[in-house]
Amino acid sequence: MKLSVHQKAFAMVLSLGLVAGCSSTGDTMGEDQYGSDVSAVDQDGGSTVYGGSEDGGVSASDLTDEELRAREERAEMEAMRNITTFYFDFDTAEIKAEAREVLVAHARFLENNPGQQVRLEGHADERGTKEYNLALGERRANAVERFLIVNGASRGQLETVSYGEEKPAVMGSNESAWAQNRRVELVFE
Amino acid sequence: MTHRTKNTHTHRVLALVGSLLIWALGAGSASAELTIRITEGADSAIPVAIVPFAENGGIPAGDKISNIVQDDLAMSGEFRTLPPEKMLSLPSQRSEVYFRDWRLLGQRYVLVGQMTRNGDRVEARYELLDVNREERILGESASASVSNMRTLAHHISDKVYEAITGVPGAFSTKLAYVTLDSANGEPRYRLQVSDVDGKRASVRLESGEPILSPAWSPDGRKLAYVSFETGKPAVYIHELDSGNRTKIADFRGLNSAPAWSRDGRSLLMTLSKDGNAEIYRMDIQSRNLKRLTNHWSIDTEGVWDHTGEGIFFTSDRSGGPQIYHKSSEAAEPRRITFGSRYNARPRPDSRGDYVYYVHQRNGGFHIARTDLSNGEETVLTRTASDESPSLAPNGRMLIYATKHSGTSVLTVISADGGAAYSLPASEGDVREPAWSPVIR
Repeated sequence: MKLSVHQKAFAMVLSLGLVAGCSSTGDTMGEDQYGSDVSAVDQDGGSTVYGGSEDGGVSASDLTDEELRAREERAEMEAMRNITTFYFDFDTAEIKAEAREVLVAHARFLENNPGQQVRLEGHADERGTKEYNLALGERRANAVERFLIVNGASRGQLETVSYGEEKPAVMGSNESAWAQNRRVELVFE
Repeated sequence: MTHRTKNTHTHRVLALVGSLLIWALGAGSASAELTIRITEGADSAIPVAIVPFAENGGIPAGDKISNIVQDDLAMSGEFRTLPPEKMLSLPSQRSEVYFRDWRLLGQRYVLVGQMTRNGDRVEARYELLDVNREERILGESASASVSNMRTLAHHISDKVYEAITGVPGAFSTKLAYVTLDSANGEPRYRLQVSDVDGKRASVRLESGEPILSPAWSPDGRKLAYVSFETGKPAVYIHELDSGNRTKIADFRGLNSAPAWSRDGRSLLMTLSKDGNAEIYRMDIQSRNLKRLTNHWSIDTEGVWDHTGEGIFFTSDRSGGPQIYHKSSEAAEPRRITFGSRYNARPRPDSRGDYVYYVHQRNGGFHIARTDLSNGEETVLTRTASDESPSLAPNGRMLIYATKHSGTSVLTVISADGGAAYSLPASEGDVREPAWSPVIR
């Protein structure tokens, strides 16, 4: 169950083009594995497909352009916040450029919801030593924590924990598995 | 690389029959039995014949002392044992030994002995004979309770090893390791303690969350380790006789990589409570902390050197993880490893000659060592996902974890890389081996 959540998150990042050079992983994650709860997001473009029944009584023409833009922006932010897993290169804790926009969306949400707590779980791939990887996972979680604080979250909302290489999202000893295991997961509580 | 030759005689140790005593703290917890498979032997192995001991009645059926001694000596990589079916006779004392026969068989040493039952104890009288000099170089009578035949066998292995090599044996010591069983969907981590041959394994802690970095106290009676049982890493001290546990470090952030001082009074550990991973010394009694590193980089995996004054540790202050040494707590760190981009988890020997560590080369992770007198580096293993090196207290053998067909297994090598033996568990993954000191 947890695996499928990870795969879902990873698939979303993939679909947004946030992870480069991982096209081979697409094979291992067929659409049937996404689970029904991700139907709110169009997997091709990452744009929202909200509407339909919820907004059924309101036609777009009733809104001003400004309202429409604000609504779209909100929806995009919502969609971005579905992405809760962020990936790293081997032995680094550098937040990838593509991840920043999504993390900003999380930070704004936390700023607007000061009661919301989130746990940042740092992970490493299996290569190298367990203790060093524990420290590396923490460094990654700390990097995400700092980024969220700079962008509006407050320190009291955030808690970090490192699992090192102990809790891989994907089993396997290959570049595809390693890429999916070097990550920070945001767990909203 | 050190020179090694694949031994074409791949032995498989006889499956040992008979019931083994298993102490398990967790009710109903099964322990993973390790079996030894010899995969490589050294060219220079000394030929030795371990003759099955004569039994004078009342000796319990089951594992034979001579088989255990034979397996121990083979595991060291320094001996080649003669299968009993190739022996021309089965003497049990010196007067029955025809040295010429053993010379013809190419043997350097012969061990003969006999077992006698005395009440609830078993006595072994044994002699080690030098075939060329036709001399007895060791003769002893030793006894143990009937239920501790294995203890007696490992004692004899130690004596024989020392008589021939001049170095104390390490066969009466223990291994601690962690098994991971994911068979039922829910991961079960088990901290186990066994004999060095993997037998008499007992579960000391069972958890659904990771257990890491077991470290033996210098008297061999306690283990410190990292457990995630509360959802985050904390350092515990576990008394093996009583099973009593103390949570010794549970600060905000990392609490990890425990290592004992030689006097057993303090622990090195990695904490990140002050911002990032740094090495601290904790006095166990008072729990006072002293910070030993101060750098924005990761500093972890601290361990005391042979003097008990200085420490080796891993730091990525140069950009990637490398081994550093401080000759005292206050000294400036000196970088030890330069051979590749990734060198971590130092384990120094007890003489100050070598430091062993995990070394990345050509994409693979191996165990390597550096000669501290000249900085020369030797890669000791050919497997590619090697972790967690731990030295035997006599410095002659090293155990580490590696991957075999996707499963984590333990492998023993001689400390110069001359021979390799793997100890695959019958169930699940085995990782994080820690070789005990001589148990007092």
